[in-house]
Amino acid sequence: MGSDRHDHDHDHDHDHDHAPIAEGSAVSDESLRLERALRELLIDKGVIDAESIRRQIEVTESRTPAEGARVVARAWTDSTYRDWLLADAKSAIGAFTGLDLAGTPELRVLENTASRHHVVCCTLCSCYPRAVLGVPPSWYKNAEYRSRVVREPRAVLAEFGTELPAGVQIRVVDSTADLRYLVLPLRPAGTDTWSEAELAGVVTRDTMIGVTLPRAAGDRSAGGPVSVAPPLGRPGQDDPSR
Amino acid sequence: MTPPVRLRPGTRVRVDARGVDHHCRTPRYLRGRLGRVVAHLGAFGDPETLAYHRPGALRNLYQVEFEHAELWSPGEAGVLIAADLFEHWLSVEDD
Repeated sequence: MGSDRHDHDHDHDHDHDHAPIAEGSAVSDESLRLERALRELLIDKGVIDAESIRRQIEVTESRTPAEGARVVARAWTDSTYRDWLLADAKSAIGAFTGLDLAGTPELRVLENTASRHHVVCCTLCSCYPRAVLGVPPSWYKNAEYRSRVVREPRAVLAEFGTELPAGVQIRVVDSTADLRYLVLPLRPAGTDTWSEAELAGVVTRDTMIGVTLPRAAGDRSAGGPVSVAPPLGRPGQDDPSR
Repeated sequence: MTPPVRLRPGTRVRVDARGVDHHCRTPRYLRGRLGRVVAHLGAFGDPETLAYHRPGALRNLYQVEFEHAELWSPGEAGVLIAADLFEHWLSVEDD
C-alpha cells in the first residue's frame, strides 16, 4: 500500500501558498476528525486492526534522535563508515544500530562541510527521517517553518541561534517525495580527543535537521544544544504524541 | 517496469507550471522555475495515482537544485534550494 511506504501526512498536503502561520497545533480539528473517521473505517472493514496501529505507534515513538547521534559520532570517528553512510545510508545505519529499517523510506545523509551547510524541511507536509530521529518536533510541521526556511533560510537559522561563517553556502533540502534526509553535521573543533560516546552527546536532533550546530562543551556562546524553547515553536508545541 | 533514465546530472530543467487539482508532490513555489539536475534518485510509484489507491506507474525521481534568486526576489546569495521532483514535471532547457 502506498500509504505505508510513504511517510506523508497526506491530510496536510494543502498545496497552495500559505498564509502566515496560525497559533496552536499543526493539526486542524478537521484533520483530526478525518484521521479518526478513516482509522475507524479501516478497522471496521478489517483492513487493519487497532493492535497493529498501536504497535506501529510504539515502534515510531521508540525511535529517538539518540540513534542518529550514535551514527553521526561513528561517522566522525571512522571515515570508512562515513563513506558507507554517505553511499548507502540505510544499510550503514541498519548494520550499526541494529534498527530494522525494512519498509521505511529511502534515506540519504547530507554531509556538511566547512563551506556548505544543509538544512532539511518538508514544505508539502512533514516528511522526516522518523526511522532514525523519531517523531519530528512540532515546529518542523508548522507552516511557518515550512514556508520560511526555503524563502529566508538565514533568518530562520538565526532564530535558532545559528550564525554561519561568511562564505558558507546554505543548501535547503526540501523532502518533497520518497526520500528522507539526515544531516551529518560538521564535527566541532576541540573534540579530537573525545570518545565516540562523548561526541554522540553533542549531536542533537536539531543538528541533524540542520537548524543548529553541535557545540563542544564550554562553547555555548551562540545558542546551545537542543533549544529548550524552539524559536519557531510555542509553549506546548513539542507534543510527542504528534 | 523501470523507465529509462532521461536526465543526467547537470542538465538544466524547467519545472512544469501546470496546475493540478489532484494530489501531487511538486511544490507550487518550484513550478515554472529553472533548476539543475543533481542526481537520479531512483524510480518510485507515481504519487498522483497512488494517492487515490490506484497503481502508480514507476517514475524517475531526481534531485533538482535551484538558485535562491530563481525562486524569490530579492534572492539570497549563497543559498541553494534542492527538491525531489518526478520526471514528468521536468523539461530540458538549453544551456
